Amino acid sequence: MHFLFKTRYEQDISLFRHNGQRFWYALLALALVAAPWLLSEYTLSQLSFIGIYSIVCLGLMLLAGYTGQVSLGHAGFLAMGAYTEAYLQANGWPFALSLPMSALVAGLTGVMIGLPALRVKGMYLSIATLAFGFILEEVVVRAEHITGGNSGMQIGKLIIGGIDFDDHVNFYYLVIGIAVTCVIGMLNLLRSPTGRAFVAIRDSEVSAQSMGINLAYYKTTAFAISAALAGISGALYAHKITFITPDQFGFLQSIELLMMVVIGGLGSIQGAIFGPSFWFFAQQLIVVGKDWLPSALGQQTGLQPTIFGIILIAIVLFEPMGLYGRWLKIRTFLQIFPFYRKGMFKRQKSYMKSERMK
Amino acid sequence: MTTPMLEAVNLSVQFGGLKAVDNVSFDVWPNEVFSLIGPNGAGKTTIFNLISALYRPSAGEVRFEGEVISRMPPYVVARHGIARTFQNIELFEHATVLQNLLVGRHCHRHTGWFQDLLFTGSVRRAELEFRRQVEEVIDFLDLQHYRDSMVVGLPYGVRKVVELGRALSMRPRLLLLDEPSSGLNTEETEDMGFWIEDIKHDLGITVIMVEHDMSLVSRVSDRVLALNQGEVLTLGTPQEVQAHPGVIEAYLGGVEE
Amino acid sequence: MLQLLQLIVSGAAIGCIYALIALGFVLIYKATETVNFAQGDLMMIGGFIGLSAMTLIGMPFWLAFLVTIAAMSLVGMGTERLVLRPLLGQPAFTVVMVTIGLGYLARGLVTMIPYWGTETHALPVPYKDEVIWIGGEPGSNDALVLSVEHLVIILATVALVALLFVFFRYTRLGIAMQATSQNQLAAFYMGIPVRRVNMMVWGLSAAICGVAGLLLAPITFIHANMGFIGLKAFPAAVVGGFGSIPGALVGGLVIGIVESLSGFYLPEGFKDVAAYVVVLIMLVVKPNGLFGDNLTKKV
Repeated sequence: MHFLFKTRYEQDISLFRHNGQRFWYALLALALVAAPWLLSEYTLSQLSFIGIYSIVCLGLMLLAGYTGQVSLGHAGFLAMGAYTEAYLQANGWPFALSLPMSALVAGLTGVMIGLPALRVKGMYLSIATLAFGFILEEVVVRAEHITGGNSGMQIGKLIIGGIDFDDHVNFYYLVIGIAVTCVIGMLNLLRSPTGRAFVAIRDSEVSAQSMGINLAYYKTTAFAISAALAGISGALYAHKITFITPDQFGFLQSIELLMMVVIGGLGSIQGAIFGPSFWFFAQQLIVVGKDWLPSALGQQTGLQPTIFGIILIAIVLFEPMGLYGRWLKIRTFLQIFPFYRKGMFKRQKSYMKSERMK
Repeated sequence: MTTPMLEAVNLSVQFGGLKAVDNVSFDVWPNEVFSLIGPNGAGKTTIFNLISALYRPSAGEVRFEGEVISRMPPYVVARHGIARTFQNIELFEHATVLQNLLVGRHCHRHTGWFQDLLFTGSVRRAELEFRRQVEEVIDFLDLQHYRDSMVVGLPYGVRKVVELGRALSMRPRLLLLDEPSSGLNTEETEDMGFWIEDIKHDLGITVIMVEHDMSLVSRVSDRVLALNQGEVLTLGTPQEVQAHPGVIEAYLGGVEE
Repeated sequence: MLQLLQLIVSGAAIGCIYALIALGFVLIYKATETVNFAQGDLMMIGGFIGLSAMTLIGMPFWLAFLVTIAAMSLVGMGTERLVLRPLLGQPAFTVVMVTIGLGYLARGLVTMIPYWGTETHALPVPYKDEVIWIGGEPGSNDALVLSVEHLVIILATVALVALLFVFFRYTRLGIAMQATSQNQLAAFYMGIPVRRVNMMVWGLSAAICGVAGLLLAPITFIHANMGFIGLKAFPAAVVGGFGSIPGALVGGLVIGIVESLSGFYLPEGFKDVAAYVVVLIMLVVKPNGLFGDNLTKKV
């Protein structure tokens, strides 16, 4: 096993723990750059989708996994980003301005939705976000002169500096570039005082405020950053899908985002990327697998939700750290082979912390 | 020294019909160890919650260095230099000991979230400085071994020390300790006693403590306030308070009569 | 005036459905502190079971009703035993996620069951599409027209609530459930088998949802996404005060009536979000709801 001998404080705050890690991430970066030469157009487009969803999952991870505020209306922020981008593009804004604007509009919506978080928490907050999600969806439907209502909205060609980014390779690079930037930003946030304040709020609000943390400020900030990431993701989504309708941003979408985050592994950045990757990969598997199944089963539209539902329940029951937790175990197993013991990652038996007075 | 560090003036608080704290007044002077004792339900922890502004008094006020703090939000009170621990330990369980202690430096940060997002040079320098300051606390409390452990896996006794360390990382001027020895074995309680004495003498921090273990109380306290059912019984040196007939009666339930 | 009365009656009928789902949800919340997001989907399953009993097996409505209640109790208890109990002691969010997963799974699974499928089904109740005219000849404009479907919902809800009241007040199991939801530890020490009681609570809650499903079916038809109506039970529960049984009933009625009125008097679109607007206002003004306790964490 790799043992780290630390000699400087800097080692604890640098992005990479050791050179081995640096090597593997460099390899990953290389693979991402080389992907267009190695993969088919269809696979590349799936990778773009994974990148887009990773961005929104990062935001949701920050909110649910690190700050402990569960949002059941996250698709609403996605919608804000997508429609802002579509509207601004239609009005001839350059992408370099319209993308930050989409993030800003979604972020401000996030602040607004974060406001109930100052008064209520836990389940009440989730219900408030759920309510906001439904209201936002309805607002999008009714604001027909901007959004085209239920009949949807077409988004124009994405051209930046004369280069056509609707081209699938260029678009792929654009998405990956933005996604990597977002990941780095998130890592920065989490290794700094702001990130620690989020974690503090998640684990104990009472002691967080006794340590001088302004709950209202940091909860609002978490909502804003999370929503802004969803806004960026929404803008890219709009370009990818080229035609957006309100029902793409409904309650089901919010639920699926949350499922991705939980399947990926709550409380880890890697989880926010593993989640959507797994989601799209499994979708492909199901599509392929359908041909092998008897047609009575294979043709069912309910097959995919059934499988994803079972996977989610299984993950929560048997692997609460999600795919990332599973990965950690496999890695440890390989590193210390043959000394792995069964109970090494045993879940701590904990007692339910009742929120009741009595 | 003309003004006390902390003044509680005619403090009262009511929950429904129950008077948890009833017209309690006391002063705490700089660099003393001041203990609150009393049977269960005497209102000791409630007084702590009033000082750290988690509760609002229904009458009276708390002043810190002459300034009324009982109407401020809790995080502002913390920034005035008041740190506390909790009876049932309120650590950030899914973070490492180091991260817990670093949260203690929170009120000394100068960077905003946007600088954090970019991890600018000033954030980096501040982080290194925080880390150096926290290492001092780790040395002081002998926590080196647990630095990178998750709190969730630590034994109770260690958590208690980590929580003390987190409060000390704030470099407070006033430290509130809610039952520092509860759940500790004799040896750990002994250590706790030494640390409280060191906190007072070496770090110059004023301590208010709620405690049941009378030997610890009499060992470290300068003055003791005895409470019963929300009211003050008596205030004095540990010996005076222990000899007070009202205190004996409150604890033993009137055996004397 | 007549119109207003009519709107209130139809709103109250839908409100009763919300109230029943909210009731099932509050029962589970009070007993286990679990927020069950699959409550609406339980209702959907109840609807399908009743449908199968009537159209496939050919049972009369009243028998299908009883069969649904029995089957749903088993579904509820089975869910608790298989999925929820292993999670005892896990953080609230974990449990919430599992119930979300259950709902997601149920919606998928139902479409794969032969005959149930993705289509919408009508439940052939004996009182389908019948109306009663009050205060005038049938067909006249000054008469109050009440749909029997709505009246049945309201009357059945009243009957069910009365039955539940008797159950909680006078039966051993009912009293045990009350005790468990007030203080689990004390109930355990008094010799109440808390785990088994919790399982029963799930069974009861699912049965109530099954009833709601059967009552709602004549109005909305039965289909896989019927459960989304159950999401409106959250506003109902919050308005009444999370964890209060009378609150859930009143909350459901409030939401139902507000929805019905805003559908008529306000521009299009408001009806769908009325429940959510009400809940947001409630959360800002009075987060503990109409009948809720003041919940703050003790340190």
